Amino acid sequence: MNGSINTPAAGKTPAAAPVRKSAAAEAFFRATVILSGVIVLLLLGAIIIMLALGSAPTFEAFGIGFFASFVWNSVDEIYGAGIMIWGTLVTSLLALLLAVPLATGCAYFLTELLPATLRKPIGTVISLLAAVPSIIYGMWGFFVLAPLLSATWLWLADRFEAQPPVYEFLISASGTSIFTAGLVLAVMILPLITAMFVEILGATPVVLKESVYGLGATRWEVVREVAIPYGRRAMVGAIMLGLGRALGETMAVTFVIGNATRWSPSILSQGSTIASTIANEFAEAGFGTLKLSALLALGLTLFIISFGVLAGARALVAPRKY
Amino acid sequence: MAISTSPIAARRKLKSRFVAGLCFAAAALALAVLFSILWTLVSRGLPALSLRLFTTETLPTGENGGLANAIVGSLIQVGIGMAIATPIGVLAGTYLAEYAQKSRLGAVTRFVSDILLSAPSILVGLFVYELMVATTKTYSAIAGAVALAVIAIPIIIRTTEDMLSLVPVPLREAAAALGAPKWKVTTLIAWRAAGAGMVTGLLLALARVAGETAPLLFTSLGNLNWSTSLAEPIASLPLTIYQFASSPYEDLVELAWAGALLITVGVLAINIVAQLVVGRKR
Repeated sequence: MNGSINTPAAGKTPAAAPVRKSAAAEAFFRATVILSGVIVLLLLGAIIIMLALGSAPTFEAFGIGFFASFVWNSVDEIYGAGIMIWGTLVTSLLALLLAVPLATGCAYFLTELLPATLRKPIGTVISLLAAVPSIIYGMWGFFVLAPLLSATWLWLADRFEAQPPVYEFLISASGTSIFTAGLVLAVMILPLITAMFVEILGATPVVLKESVYGLGATRWEVVREVAIPYGRRAMVGAIMLGLGRALGETMAVTFVIGNATRWSPSILSQGSTIASTIANEFAEAGFGTLKLSALLALGLTLFIISFGVLAGARALVAPRKY
Repeated sequence: MAISTSPIAARRKLKSRFVAGLCFAAAALALAVLFSILWTLVSRGLPALSLRLFTTETLPTGENGGLANAIVGSLIQVGIGMAIATPIGVLAGTYLAEYAQKSRLGAVTRFVSDILLSAPSILVGLFVYELMVATTKTYSAIAGAVALAVIAIPIIIRTTEDMLSLVPVPLREAAAALGAPKWKVTTLIAWRAAGAGMVTGLLLALARVAGETAPLLFTSLGNLNWSTSLAEPIASLPLTIYQFASSPYEDLVELAWAGALLITVGVLAINIVAQLVVGRKR
């Protein structure tokens, strides 16, 4: 299609004045749009360079061990990303573990079981929910979910008073915790993943489904044997996009994770993610301090993690057609 | 029907019903949770809504403050952010759709734009902090606006490119056959045909950045006093909600819920308008 709409280079036509003027306009417009594209490239380059430059003092002080150290001590100025990397990965995986089955169920329900007239309005509602700002999910988690969970752990602890290890575990559980953060993230990415799943399952060719129905398959068999395998790559891509969203989420997590910078193996205790630590500790980091650099190094770590996930998602989602 | 009464067929049917039940339960659970969120938002935000929110600035606890400076601050930052992002995003999207179909630079730009699209917004905040705040040693409204622009640009690029690629090629060819140069074909034919979709993209970007909190934390910082100066820290609705919601004072928490309701209604309204724009076109 390129050749058919490209106007021939104006220089080759006899040099009439309007044509030359038009060629100048064409060159100007072309330069402008290319420049805008280049600005986008520079933007990403600048983000990487700024994060790398800013985190240089941290890597000078702690070396590559920064990624593996589970110590974050602002008083003695010893910083490691281990606790935050752990918190980020655990909350995000927990969110996926909860959200993906639910989203699959919701998508199956919406595409196959719901009467056709209801599909569009409910689909609209889902896409609207995906647009709710993440801070709202954080506030809900903090004011509704966390007190509820806190009461639940206490109630459970009472039931297990006779078994000291279980009791100890439950009585030390907190309303704001890594687990709570995972729940809130799950709720937040659920509309997002469901909307993508609905689109993917809905894109299964009807002929394919009907031929399997014709063989006597049940509804569930059609979804499991035809629709899901047909859209599997795209579904994995959608999950990765949800994961990317969860990994970098700041506000929904900061409210409910407790922002503890001390290591604890229990997911029912308070913790922190990379994003929540940056948001929470930034106010205490002055210009040019090592702490500021450590927070930028955390940012760089998050960038590397989410870049990896994104690249994976991109490789899996079917390439866009033009 | 001998087949359907065989035990295997009965089991398969039962299984299908069982899974359908599970999926119904999943959908019910999801709806219940999401309803709980909306209900909390409305039941706690609505009683706190009053005209005072729009007429009074944020004040310390007990002094009957409002959210006026936060609302104005948000409007200023979002407005400037979109003013920066719109030309860059639209032009870059146009480049990808009209000029770069097969070029290597185009493929790289598309990849980079996709990365920016899903990059955590807090990283954008850190970047603009390093770029504008650390160098000038002062938090500012303009830094907040730039951070929002960086978030909006890839959204606008994506929707612009997608919408332009939906414009039928014969439309362009017809214009080109009349002797129109490519830039005229693009601006007068393709942009006009894809106009509604492109506006939708701008609205979606607007809705997205209006609710962003994380990138403003270290760029515009927030300000409890009236300020409309671009060179100074400025309040914004999401940041004020964040600060007030985590405060121990009941009246400030109430204000936070009112603000949360305002911003959610605003964001959802923009989304609905965006869908209507597209719906009318088709």
